Amino acid sequence: MKRKLLAVLMSAALAVSMFTACSSSNTGSAEKSTDAKAESEGSDSAFAPIAKEEIKVGVIHITDPSEGSGYTYTHDQGIVAMQENLGLSDDQIVRKNNVNDTDATAIETAITECIEEGCQIIFGTSWGYMDTMEALAEEYPEVIFCHGTGYKSNDTNFSNYFGRIYQARYLSGIAAGLKTESNKIGYVAAMGKENSEVTGGADAFAMGVYSVNPDAKVYIKVTNSWFSPNEETNAAKALIAKGCDVIGQHCDTPNPQLEAEKAGVWGVGYNSDMTKDAPKATLTSTIWNWGVYYTDAVQKAIDGTWTPEVYYGGMQEGLVDIAPLNEELVAEGTAEKIEEARAKIMDGSFNVFDGVIETNDGQTVGEEGKTLDDATIKGGINWYFKTIVEE
Amino acid sequence: MSEIKGKKEPLLRIVKRAELPGKQAFALRIFSVFLALCAGGVFILLIGYNPFEIYKTIWTGAFRSQMAIQATIKLVIPLVISALGITLAFKMRFWNIGAEGQIIMGGVFASFFALFFTNLPHVLLIVIMLIAGIIGGGIWGLIPAFFKAKYNTNETLFTLMLNYIALNVVVFLRDGPWKDPESSGFPKIARFDKNAQLDKVLGVHCGWIIALILLVVVAVYLSKTKQGYEISVVGESHATASYAGIHVSKVMLRTMFLSGAVCGICGMVQTTGSDMTLTTAVAGGVGFTAIIVAWLAQLNPAGILVVSFLFGVLEKGSSVMQSTFGLSTYASDVLQGVILFFVLGCEFFVRYKFVVRGGAKKE
Repeated sequence: MKRKLLAVLMSAALAVSMFTACSSSNTGSAEKSTDAKAESEGSDSAFAPIAKEEIKVGVIHITDPSEGSGYTYTHDQGIVAMQENLGLSDDQIVRKNNVNDTDATAIETAITECIEEGCQIIFGTSWGYMDTMEALAEEYPEVIFCHGTGYKSNDTNFSNYFGRIYQARYLSGIAAGLKTESNKIGYVAAMGKENSEVTGGADAFAMGVYSVNPDAKVYIKVTNSWFSPNEETNAAKALIAKGCDVIGQHCDTPNPQLEAEKAGVWGVGYNSDMTKDAPKATLTSTIWNWGVYYTDAVQKAIDGTWTPEVYYGGMQEGLVDIAPLNEELVAEGTAEKIEEARAKIMDGSFNVFDGVIETNDGQTVGEEGKTLDDATIKGGINWYFKTIVEE
Repeated sequence: MSEIKGKKEPLLRIVKRAELPGKQAFALRIFSVFLALCAGGVFILLIGYNPFEIYKTIWTGAFRSQMAIQATIKLVIPLVISALGITLAFKMRFWNIGAEGQIIMGGVFASFFALFFTNLPHVLLIVIMLIAGIIGGGIWGLIPAFFKAKYNTNETLFTLMLNYIALNVVVFLRDGPWKDPESSGFPKIARFDKNAQLDKVLGVHCGWIIALILLVVVAVYLSKTKQGYEISVVGESHATASYAGIHVSKVMLRTMFLSGAVCGICGMVQTTGSDMTLTTAVAGGVGFTAIIVAWLAQLNPAGILVVSFLFGVLEKGSSVMQSTFGLSTYASDVLQGVILFFVLGCEFFVRYKFVVRGGAKKE
């Protein structure tokens, strides 16, 4: 009996696979025709101009913009700014919120819904959307796909965007270094050493601290999650217990700032200006002005000049910055020191990862007179600056 | 429950009904759906929208275009397959709450071949992954059945707990041995090669064909075979079954293997057809929703197809509703919950009725 059942299942399996093998050649005639259309429209970068009234923009968010402070909020503020800058109406923006970035099926459903609604350009803001966006970009060549963070792109309709947030982190490090009294600064990091974005950001922060206060150490604690309110709270608590009196962060929620405020110490926020969350603790915040990029990308889609270039904007473009200093809290002279460094970044004479840099395990990185290239900054910073202590 | 007439008779009592005639039960169910829509409508009104527009959007959102229909069907597939798996166990009154874990393990076993035997011929690879899914899910179903048969452990808790073990097996593989080396530290498993992906038929991965085949196989197995008969006898009473010469623990082991195996197929279909990778969201609650589906369908395979379809429509439509009206995703969750509450609550009234003090009937 058992054998019979197995035989039934096996033959069913075989039947299915044969079925699929012969039908795989004629799947999705609709897709084929759009394929052909895209090709006929022309060369490698060619997307025809779209009338401003007709463009539809899709946005895939990992949480809900109504969280009001962190990553998704900041991206959505960028979308709102883009909408205002270009004068688009509300129904030209299609938002898909709370799309779990580990659930490939949910991601695909959200993105195809945007396409269904007629979106010609789709932004995915979370790292985990990358692989699904890459595959869908191939499937829907007539749609523009832009993926924030990550490292993948193609040469037709899939681009990657991110920014030099490390420049802003360097500046915020100056505020932290001048403020600390215990010479212990905490840093809540979302990911560990193997993640270049987080590690490079922590290094830039520590270098900013070092530039004004060579005696201060930066204690780093990793949560291993981009969004984990409890872990972020706990990490901040542990760092404060250790004696840290300024808490920097590279994580999604303002919880580390709230903990700092509760403990009567200070902090440096991230994503949006977190003085709104912890006015008695936050010295400043490293912030994103995503509207700069979103406006640029959608404008290009309207003009028909969009190309899948990898976007890596910085302070010069206005994509990253620090929030206005909390004048009541920051140490005297902070503004001057920051302005000095900012001027050097703006005129290009200083790029944060310049020259020979000492790491916390006694090695050195970089060469005299040179600066790290973008590929290394994005994917190859797996070392901590010499004043960083791993918790 | 007989009539209790005492001094302290409660105002309302619950009394089990005699079997409701089919027509009446059907009418009651239709009425419950109507009530559900009304209550959902009140909720929609309260948050300031027009219920008719919202319901219309849910419906059109699921069917407005070829793409939308395909996406809806994609949501229906895993529900059908795992509800069928659960049905096998539930017919035996073996409360398999572990479909979630069995789906995951089916996905894990299939992913092993998708990741490390990518270069096998396509058809062979798909068949191997299907068998792997069957074995993975089957083992995960067999474990609680073994302990139930041998030590009479509580299968509800046992299968439930195995879900979390399965989930963390995925976390372990994702953060350790199967971590994508190219992901610059971000813990994820690589996307499967095209060769290891299920083919599409009519624009939807061919899991729908697998689901339909399984539907027929399970229906025939349960109603026409000796083993299917044994399952229902064991479900009625272990003692009767033993008396009739049925080897109860053997039936239990066999059926739970099959139940897990069908859920395992669901895991294989989801990983290779829909997700194209293995993530912690591979089951994503489908294993639990499938329990509701199986119950609402009264363990009837054809009913499962209908109920799964309605669930798929509700889910796909809600997602469109969310973005069309700028509603919070939680609002659409509440709406789904309200509808489910009424539909499930109706089953209570199909089986029981309230009797007011004094014995006057209240319907």
